[in-house]
Amino acid sequence: MSSAELMDFDKALELFEPVLGFEVHVELNTKTKMFSPAPNPAAPGAGAGEPNTMVTPVCLGLPGSLPVVNEQAIRYSISLGLALGCDIAPTSRFARKNYFYPDLAKNYQISQYDEPIAHDGAVDVELANGTTFRVEIERAHMEEDAGKLTHVGGATGRIQGADYSLVDYNRAGVPLVEIVTKMITGAGRDAPELAKAYVSAIRDIVVSLGISEARMERGNLRCDANISLSPRGSGKLGTRTETKNVNSLRSVERTIRYEIQRQAAILAAGGTITQETRHWHEDSGTTSPGRPKSDADDYRYFPEPDLVPVEPSRELIEELRAALPEPPAVRRNRLKESWGFTDLEFQDVVNSGLLVEVESTVAAGASPAQARKWWTGEIARLANVKAVDPSSLVSSEDVAALVVLVESGELTDRLARQVLEGVIAGEGTPAEVVEKRGLKVISDDGALIAAIDDALASQPDVLEKIRDGKLQAAGAVIGPVMKAMHGQADAARVRELILERANSQG
Amino acid sequence: MSESNPSPLDVAQVAHLANLARIALTPEEIEKLTGELGVIIESIAKVSEVATPDVPSTSHPIRLTNVFRPDVPGETLTVEEALSGAPERDGDRFKVSAILGEEQ
Repeated sequence: MSSAELMDFDKALELFEPVLGFEVHVELNTKTKMFSPAPNPAAPGAGAGEPNTMVTPVCLGLPGSLPVVNEQAIRYSISLGLALGCDIAPTSRFARKNYFYPDLAKNYQISQYDEPIAHDGAVDVELANGTTFRVEIERAHMEEDAGKLTHVGGATGRIQGADYSLVDYNRAGVPLVEIVTKMITGAGRDAPELAKAYVSAIRDIVVSLGISEARMERGNLRCDANISLSPRGSGKLGTRTETKNVNSLRSVERTIRYEIQRQAAILAAGGTITQETRHWHEDSGTTSPGRPKSDADDYRYFPEPDLVPVEPSRELIEELRAALPEPPAVRRNRLKESWGFTDLEFQDVVNSGLLVEVESTVAAGASPAQARKWWTGEIARLANVKAVDPSSLVSSEDVAALVVLVESGELTDRLARQVLEGVIAGEGTPAEVVEKRGLKVISDDGALIAAIDDALASQPDVLEKIRDGKLQAAGAVIGPVMKAMHGQADAARVRELILERANSQG
Repeated sequence: MSESNPSPLDVAQVAHLANLARIALTPEEIEKLTGELGVIIESIAKVSEVATPDVPSTSHPIRLTNVFRPDVPGETLTVEEALSGAPERDGDRFKVSAILGEEQ
C-alpha cells in the first residue's frame, strides 16, 4: 500500500477513536513441554535444537500417544494469572481447537476455551507522559505452541508462492500462556505507545516471575494486535483487523500506528474494513492481508477427552500468591531508588522498554549509570538503524563486561563502541573482541610520551602557554597524540602527562 | 427422519462442515448426510430434556482431576524414528504441500 492510501495520523485521530485488543503469547521456560517430557526449546539456554530432535510421540500426535500435563507449567500459569491480578478458576479445562495445518501433526491444538485457568485481571501501564493507563485482562489460558514451518520456493520465502513447506516439530507442545485483554478504549493518540508499553509491561512481569525467557526476537513472547476505529461521537464499534505475530516492541507500536492510518483512509473514503488477520512486514513497515478471520465455531472446540480438569487447591493458589515478586510499580520504585536515577532518566529506561536489560546488566556487574547510558544510547541507536529491538542485539552479560572494561580504564568510550560493534557482529564476548581486534587502550606511558614529544616538536609554545596557566592549550597536543595512537589512548592520561611535562620543565 | 420434522441442520451447514473437515462430498452425499446427521442431533438433544439445571455439564465419565507429571525431561525419539512415518522428508524435516491461507 502506498503512503497515499494512509491518512495522516493526527487527522485520523481527529476523526476516529482507536479501539485496541491484544493477545500476547508467552512461552514458558519449563524444562519440558506442556504435555510431554520432551525437552523444551524455550527453556533457559536450551536453543531451538537440530530439527525434530526434541520430540516424543505426543509432540508428533502419533496414534496411541497420550498427553500428560506438566505440573510446573500449571504453577507458572497460576503465578502469571495472579501477577496479572486475575481470579484463578477453581475448575479449568483443556479443549481441542480443531484445524488442519501441518504446524501441528494431530490436526488440533490443545488449548482452553470457555474454562481458562485465569480471568478478569488488569495491568497498569506507564506512558511517557507520566500517566498510568489501566489495561483490563479478560483471561489468560494455557495451550501448546505449534511446530515451525519453513516455506520453500516462491520469490520471497513467504507462504505466498511457496512450492512446499518443511516442518520441524521441536516447538510443537512448548507450554504457552495466551493473555487476552478486554477491549481497550480511550487511548486516543497514545494508542501506538500504549501498545508498546503494554507488551513491555507483560515482558517485565514474566521476567520478574522467571517463567519465560521473554526474548521477542526468538518468539518467546509474541503479540497479536487487534484494532478497529470508531467514528468519534458515533459510539459505534468498527470492524477489527488482527495483525499476527508482531515480534518486537518497536513493531507493536508501528503496527498500531500503521493500521490506524490505513483503516482511517479506507473509512474516510466510504470503504469498509474487512475482518481478517493481517501480517506485519518489518522491512516495508506495512501490513498485508492474511486469511479471513475464522469464526470460533469453525474451530469446533470441545473438551479435551484425554485430559482431566485442573482444580488448583486454595492452598496452592495462596502459596503461589505469597511467592509473587513485588508488584511492577513497587519494583520500578525500588529500582529507581537503588540506581539513583532522576525521574527523567528512569522514564527514559522504562519507555524504551529497557528496564529488564538495565536491571540484568547491573546484576551482571555494571554500574547503573553506565548500564543506562549504553542501553538507551549506543545500543538503542544501533538497534534503530537495524530496525530491531535493542535486546536482540547483545546480551546483558556482554554489556556488563563492556562497561567493566571501560570503568577499569582498559577501553575508552570510543574503543568500547568498536568492541560493541564486534560483539553485535558475532565476533565473541567483549574480551574476545578486544583481543581479536587489538583494541586495548595504550597504557604504556613510554609510547604516549614519545607521541607527545612528536606533537610538541611542531608546537613548541604549548608548554609555555600551560605554564602561563592556559591549561586548555594542552588540547592542541592531545588531538595529534590520540590520532597517532589510533584512538587507543586514554585522553585523560595524555593530558596528565602533558601537564606533568610542562611543570617539570620550568 | 420424518417428513414433517425438518432437519435441524441445513445443506449449507453440512457443506461448510465438510470443508472444515477436509472431506470432499457430492451434492447428493451432502443432502443425504444433512438428514442423517439431523437424526443424530435430535437423538442426542433428547438428553437435554432429562438434564435439569442441577446436573453440571461434564467432559469425563470418571470424577478425576489434577493428573500431572513432574517437569523432568524424558526420552525423546531419534530423528530417524520421528521421520519414519513421514510420507516425504527433506533432510531432517517433514516435507508437506504448501497450504495457502490457513496459517493459524
